[in-house]
Amino acid sequence: MMEMLFYLAALVALLATVLALTRANAAHALIYLIVSLLAVAVLFFLMGAPFAAALEIVIYAGAIMVLFVFVIMMLNVGEEGVAREREWLGGRNWIVPGILSALLLLELLLALRHAPAATSGTAVAPKAIGLTLFGPYVLAVEIASMLLLSGLVGAYHLGRRFIVRRERKR
Amino acid sequence: MSELDTIGFGLVIIAAAVGGAAILTWFERRLLGVWQDRYGPNRLGPFGVLQVAADMIKLLTKHDWVPPFADRAVFVFAPTAIVVAMLLGFAVVPFGPDLYILDINIGLLFFLGMTSLAVYSVLLGGLASNNKYALLGGLRSAAQMVSYEVFMGLSLMGVVMLTGSFNLRAIVEAQRDLWYCIPQCLGLFTFLIAGIAESHRLPFDLPEAEHELTAGFHTEYGGMKFAMFMLGEYLGLLLISCMITTLFFGGWLGPWLPPIVWFCLKVFVLICFFILLRAAIPRPRYDQLMALGWKVMLPLTLLNLLATGAIALLLEGA
Repeated sequence: MMEMLFYLAALVALLATVLALTRANAAHALIYLIVSLLAVAVLFFLMGAPFAAALEIVIYAGAIMVLFVFVIMMLNVGEEGVAREREWLGGRNWIVPGILSALLLLELLLALRHAPAATSGTAVAPKAIGLTLFGPYVLAVEIASMLLLSGLVGAYHLGRRFIVRRERKR
Repeated sequence: MSELDTIGFGLVIIAAAVGGAAILTWFERRLLGVWQDRYGPNRLGPFGVLQVAADMIKLLTKHDWVPPFADRAVFVFAPTAIVVAMLLGFAVVPFGPDLYILDINIGLLFFLGMTSLAVYSVLLGGLASNNKYALLGGLRSAAQMVSYEVFMGLSLMGVVMLTGSFNLRAIVEAQRDLWYCIPQCLGLFTFLIAGIAESHRLPFDLPEAEHELTAGFHTEYGGMKFAMFMLGEYLGLLLISCMITTLFFGGWLGPWLPPIVWFCLKVFVLICFFILLRAAIPRPRYDQLMALGWKVMLPLTLLNLLATGAIALLLEGA
């Protein structure tokens, strides 16, 4: 039963991702991408990682994708954007990325032959994840937080109002 | 509970939530009338309660129209997202010691995830309408919700720290001696504000502010599609009230009366409070709203988090 659900969610994730890649309309592509992320959250849940599943929904589907939609709304490209995208999606542009992805897929399939069954993992409680993150892996957490901080400082710098400052000097 | 019982109970909860949201549309207008010294809808049935049925008939018989310039598929999909997400959110609410649908160790995160998914309804509705007012309303709502979501989650972490679990039943059980509204009063305050902003009700209804955006993201919507947006909004109000009851006011706990009665009473009082807020507070300007979120509420939440963590560690050491 669990295995069936796992493969169903995996199928949904794959189909949604392919559709997200091939849509010309940016809004439609984003909706498929959100569906794909939700399907991945279901996969995490079935593999015994409910905490990762919840974070996938809260952060990826719930926050990052909202910002993507936000950008699309700000640009508001409309019909001409769809036409341009359709041109980019046509024909020869698929050849090189297609070959590269096919190679990766082949490698993945070969590697998976030796991996254990999909849903054999045991469930991990949120507390255990917290203890591991801030225990043996605390260095990784600190490095990630520094990276985010530098991103924040950079965004603040770019977002300053330079014109207002110049007026004050006069 | 057996699997069949759980499914039956789930259906009961869905019916109760949708019915409750419908009654709320009447109850809110009536209560606003009382506070503003006027009658409100009082003609149809006892106390005017059949007004709900009249509104339903009107909405159901309206022409279900999709504007020709709109993105049809997304336009139809958008109003359903908020209703589905909000109804799913009810799955983790513990209504009594044995009255629950889902008892998972990530209950609180599940609720946060569902409320964050509800945002798409407003966003996609605004985007698909292909209308300047709707687009502006959707944009505003995106910025508002992303900002308020940041400290909505953080404001609850104090409760999680004190309990040591994301499980909502464990959180209620941990409040036997003292409701969290006292040690977590800052958390309650910030979560309350974030909750109103998330369900974009007045005074934080800037995405649909009618004095400047006609009706915001649902300008182009009518009939049942519009009703779905309203249903989602009232479901959000109900869900937020249920969550505040569970997290800060001891859920089903209380003397003498049966647990479910206590739960409903607390939720009812909170809903009345939300409606009073609507009647009493004027709408802020949009930049004031954003400044409040980032410059006041976020630091307050972080302060609460820091203090709670320090005190929890001290108590553990003692």
